[in-house]
Amino acid sequence: MYFTSYQFILFLLILFIAYYLVKKKYQWILLLIGSYIFYAFAGIEYLFYFATTTISTYLISQRIKKVKIKQKEYLKINKADLSRQEKKEYKKVMKAKQWHYLLICLLFNFGVLGIVKYTDFMIGNINGILSLFHGEPLSFMNFALPMGISFYTFQSMGYIIDVYRGTCEVEDNIFKLSLFISFFPQVIQGPISRFKDLSQTLYQEHDFDLKAISFGLQRVLWGFFKKLVIADRILVAVNTLIGDPATYDGIFVLVGMIYYAIELYADFTGGIDITIGVAQMFGVHLTENFERPYFSKNIAEYWRRWHITMGTWFKDYIFYPLSVNPRMLKFSNWSRRTFPSGIGKRIPVYVSSFIVWFATGIWHGASWNFIVWGLLNAVVICLSEEMKPFYEWFHQHFHVDGKTSYKIFQIARTFLLMSSLRILDCYRDVPLSFAMFGSMFTKFNFSEIFNGALMNLGLSMIDYIIIIIGVFVMFMVSFMQRKGSIRERIDKKPVIVKFFVYYVLIFAIVLFGAYSIGYDASQFIYNQF
Amino acid sequence: MKKKISIMIISICLIVSTFFLLQNLLTPKYISEVPEGSLIGEYYKEEKYDHNVVFIGDCEVYENFSPITLWQNYGIKSYIRGSAQQLIWQSYYLMEETLQYEKPDVIVFNVLSLKYDEPQNEAYNRLNLDGMKWSKSKWNSIQASMMEEESVIDYIFPLLRYHQRWSELTSEDFEYLFKEKPQLSHNGFLMRVDELGVDTIPEAQPLADYQFSDNCYKYLDKMVELCQDNGVQLVLIKAPSLYPAWYDQWDQQMQDYAKKNHIDYINFLDDIEKIGLDFQHDTYDAGLHLNLSGAEKLSNYFGQYLQDKYHIKDSRQDKEASVRWNKKVKFYNDMKEDQYQELKKYGYLKSYGATEK
Repeated sequence: MYFTSYQFILFLLILFIAYYLVKKKYQWILLLIGSYIFYAFAGIEYLFYFATTTISTYLISQRIKKVKIKQKEYLKINKADLSRQEKKEYKKVMKAKQWHYLLICLLFNFGVLGIVKYTDFMIGNINGILSLFHGEPLSFMNFALPMGISFYTFQSMGYIIDVYRGTCEVEDNIFKLSLFISFFPQVIQGPISRFKDLSQTLYQEHDFDLKAISFGLQRVLWGFFKKLVIADRILVAVNTLIGDPATYDGIFVLVGMIYYAIELYADFTGGIDITIGVAQMFGVHLTENFERPYFSKNIAEYWRRWHITMGTWFKDYIFYPLSVNPRMLKFSNWSRRTFPSGIGKRIPVYVSSFIVWFATGIWHGASWNFIVWGLLNAVVICLSEEMKPFYEWFHQHFHVDGKTSYKIFQIARTFLLMSSLRILDCYRDVPLSFAMFGSMFTKFNFSEIFNGALMNLGLSMIDYIIIIIGVFVMFMVSFMQRKGSIRERIDKKPVIVKFFVYYVLIFAIVLFGAYSIGYDASQFIYNQF
Repeated sequence: MKKKISIMIISICLIVSTFFLLQNLLTPKYISEVPEGSLIGEYYKEEKYDHNVVFIGDCEVYENFSPITLWQNYGIKSYIRGSAQQLIWQSYYLMEETLQYEKPDVIVFNVLSLKYDEPQNEAYNRLNLDGMKWSKSKWNSIQASMMEEESVIDYIFPLLRYHQRWSELTSEDFEYLFKEKPQLSHNGFLMRVDELGVDTIPEAQPLADYQFSDNCYKYLDKMVELCQDNGVQLVLIKAPSLYPAWYDQWDQQMQDYAKKNHIDYINFLDDIEKIGLDFQHDTYDAGLHLNLSGAEKLSNYFGQYLQDKYHIKDSRQDKEASVRWNKKVKFYNDMKEDQYQELKKYGYLKSYGATEK
């Protein structure tokens, strides 16, 4: 059930009405039932994976909780009898127990994710090696990938790690935990929520709050606008450009990069707007996943503002633990001793960065293009870090820091850099991606795009006008968001203005949206991850 | 609170009104372009539902039979519920709906559509279904006809289907935004006076399997049953279009079916000479459809058959019916004259959907 399908709108309407009609104490149960129905539309058989993750996470969290309670009680009873050293030893033993439980849970769930998502990728690579030795290729397993498995696995594993760390309460009700893992608006493309954040509003009893509901609805409409009016319309041209690399090289690679950047942003942020808006209509607060990323002045900032919840997940659950890992600390000490200048201090950080970005890459998809994409991000981030002294010198020497024109240059540079890296996402083939990137310099002919070729990409002049206006509106909204919530500002306006916003949004979507016959129903790009 | 509720109600009313206004504007009018799309809907404009004969089927009925000729020569009141590439289940549900309005003596069904076992084309579905009034029959017809990419919501709210037409709007869309559309057909007959004689007939390709599908027979059985339940005679026909091919094996199956069910089956392809059809002059598209001259000849021939076999009452002495039908005859003659004028002036038919063929 796509967010943009009629079924989803009908499903949402029924659930919404029922949600505010049932007794408030049953609201969360209704959300759970709704979430499972929503998920079942993708395939009843996938509920098995879902249930497995939920049950394993629940059981392990309970085991960890028991160990924690046991430890607490033991220490309380034997407070006077135990020496400090004995207490420390005891805690260490109990922590090891918890760690073992955690490890089982992580291995099991990431194992399931790994098997369904990465088995064929591994077989493909093995076959590649076997072919060098004329070996018999292995058969692919062709596992069906359960919808949103990367998202719900990360969310549930985040929870179990937090339980282990003691940074969140253990949920004793398996059904409530199940709702946390399955909450339908976010299950297919995030944001990846933390239990301590989401549980605050997910299980609460919610009144019919007209303001919250209208805010949510506005956000949903805005998401539909981005997805249907911009992303799905420009998608035709993106597919044409990517689908025929032999014809569309040189300047067209640049055009494709920019078009894809627009499509991806409108698609992903549009999907998240719908997600957050729908949750808000049910009184549930979800973490923001974007903060105007295309206004970033460097790549590190960009990654703090794009797919925020994924970035923080990797930071909190991989980067930091990796950085304080005893082996890494040992390596860090060695590095500092061996390379006494600043670089010795930075090398361990770079190593951790490469590992995290490798994981980020492979999280996006089981193919080399995503891995290379992830590693290239790490390269750019590390290079930027190394070039910091040069930038500082440049800023001081040319007095450009803080100047608007320089900020615009930095924003454009970051945008183009990120778009260049995304070529790997477009062509999904590493050598082809590099060849196409190279063709931008070797076959660059600016006049090519003015000989009517842009009109042969499957978009008419009217499509271009709609896209340009749509992108302009999207840009202005992002620009205005710098000064705070637009919805709050609209809410303070006279009722006629509020009505006008709804009116324009609804009919812009109805009239200019790329949906129904004649357009391919397109799922959100991040659904596939 | 009262104020808030009032504002909300007014806002919703405004949004709903705009939605339906846009829907009216953007839904195709099927007047100068694709007039076939108006045929199904025109049935509801009939003053009285007292037809003796109702034709149901694809273009082989709405292009090949003239109800006006049947009236003028035999006093038979007839109507054609035809639409382009009408599929057999669509014909069945149209029959079901028609029987809610009236009980004719005879229903004539053209059997060419038995060759289609599954939905073929969304555009043709639309030509058949958009014009139908909402009823259980329409709902069922939609369910049976939808292609994989179609959605029933698009039929309930056609704006969702035609939303992108804003870039193709013509003055006609604005003119008939509120105004009733003009009558285009003559009791479902789409008139064409121009000629394009047969040159070559495309050779019929051999088929792997000539058996009509169970699904098609299921609907044919339902038609037979429906007619029996309503005391209506069902007549199966194959109109005398030279192509698409009507295979002997198909013909035999229809003969067997008719015999088994004690109903008539007439293959007009066998009677071309008796009808007097001259495919150099009686077709406007080289044998695919008849023109006015051909349709009048065929109607004259079939009218005699209907009168002889089913003793259909001649209503020309009925004053009230005569007044009604004379208006139709006048409209028919005026259009005929108009089309001939156009032919004379331009050498070809410029309007009446001719440019779309």
